[in-house]
Amino acid sequence: MDLSILGYQFMQNAILSAFLGGIACGTIGVFVVLMGMPFIGVCMSHAAFAGALLGLWLGFNPLLGAFVACLIAAAIIGPLADRGELSPTTSVGVIFSLMLGLAFLFMGLMPGSKSGALELLWGSILTNTRSEVILLGIVAAVVVGLVIAFYKEFQATIFNRDMALAVGIPATAIFYGILFLTGATITVSLRPIGGLLIFSLILNPAAAAYQLTYNMKRMFFLSAGFGVLSGWIGLMLSYLFNIPSGATIVITSSVIFAIATFFSPKRKVKRWQKAASRFN
Amino acid sequence: MNHTVIDIEDAVVSYREDVALRGVSLRVASGEFIGIVGPNGAGKTTLLTIINDLGKLLSGKVWVLGNYVTKTNRHSLRKQIGYVAQLQNIDPKMPMNVREVAMLGRYGLLGLLRRPGRHDWKIVDDVLELVGMTHLAQRPIGHLSGGEQQRVAIARCLAQEPKLFLLDEPTASLDWKAKTDIIELIKLIHNSRHLTTLLVTHELSALPVACDRIVLMKDGLIWGNGSPEKVLTDENLSQLYDIPIPVVKARRQESTPT
Repeated sequence: MDLSILGYQFMQNAILSAFLGGIACGTIGVFVVLMGMPFIGVCMSHAAFAGALLGLWLGFNPLLGAFVACLIAAAIIGPLADRGELSPTTSVGVIFSLMLGLAFLFMGLMPGSKSGALELLWGSILTNTRSEVILLGIVAAVVVGLVIAFYKEFQATIFNRDMALAVGIPATAIFYGILFLTGATITVSLRPIGGLLIFSLILNPAAAAYQLTYNMKRMFFLSAGFGVLSGWIGLMLSYLFNIPSGATIVITSSVIFAIATFFSPKRKVKRWQKAASRFN
Repeated sequence: MNHTVIDIEDAVVSYREDVALRGVSLRVASGEFIGIVGPNGAGKTTLLTIINDLGKLLSGKVWVLGNYVTKTNRHSLRKQIGYVAQLQNIDPKMPMNVREVAMLGRYGLLGLLRRPGRHDWKIVDDVLELVGMTHLAQRPIGHLSGGEQQRVAIARCLAQEPKLFLLDEPTASLDWKAKTDIIELIKLIHNSRHLTTLLVTHELSALPVACDRIVLMKDGLIWGNGSPEKVLTDENLSQLYDIPIPVVKARRQESTPT
């Protein structure tokens, strides 16, 4: 294998982006998996995609559009989910379809070449600039830093939000903080991974880590590690076979999930539950 | 006479069109053990949750431990109130063990950016021993039975070192042995830690032994209030649950341990 490719800045940027994006997405994914809110994340990632396309159409920074759209989606979906007014399946169905509809509407209205829009759709880690890598690094550092600083508040909120409130933890603020971090992570990962695929990189590494441990701290480490591994292996496959990098990264994360599920020590819990239900 | 620690004045709570409390007033003295009894939908859980402000008042006032409960002081008040909710489904794969879950009770007290130290872990280990869960301290929380999970919830509350102890049907869906064990444990903790306790339960047979006072609730109102001997009569229970007196008598005999 020719390693001279590593000498090029575009490849260095891509490797760094995969590393930082993997850590940020893997860390956020732990909240998404343990708080049972994949529907919120799916809606937010598609809102980010629509917001970025709006930016491209109207001529302002697509990342700003993505971030604002994420926050708006969180501000709408969060309270609805909070009050139990919409079931997860209903809200994901309605808002997901609305966001995709808006995204394709903006794409259709966009004059001239659609290459920028397609890049946001499929992702293009190999064209990441140094400033985008720095932005990704800032978001990854903020996400990891906040998880370390407020670990016990996050842990209590993940376990049970009402219980966390009852012991005096501001669990509602923590929950909306998690949504905000999810929005920020999705926004900066949008270009390298792609609007249609970003949520898989948030969900799959955390879902794989969830299969392997009963320790929450270890789950954070494993999930971030799987995120990085997905990015690097996916990047290598993309380079070797000249195929879209967003797709190879997400497929790699899915394969890691499948392997983790196969070797999961928690599979026996399912067997144990089945056995118990036979006696009830 | 002991001083008042809870004073609820004309509390009204509504969940959209359903009124859960219709102007309830209740005063609780320090050290009292109060049993709250009533049919489903009577407002018992809501009565507990307005004390720690998890339930939202439409009108009225709640005075707890020397302060009216407001948005600004609710977090600090909650740190002094132990609350055991009804048994909840815990994900069997949840990556937390029993000791970590009991430690959650101390997180509010510790405050932001402070980590639990040796002293906090010692308190957690002591309360786990008190509730008889030391041998399961390292087990994943989702692998416990319902009775064991309720013991951990009680340990979590005690780790909080509360002044008030609120329990919402802690024995629901447990077997008879687990029910009696949990009620005995609550009484033991109430006495040894000099707590003020409010217990929502359907375990009528255990109440006369455990409680100083019984509050009967129906349709969002306090329907009866007094000593267990005075309040828990067959006539009262017949009207409270809308069932004939002979049926009440028969059911009470069935539920009395021989």
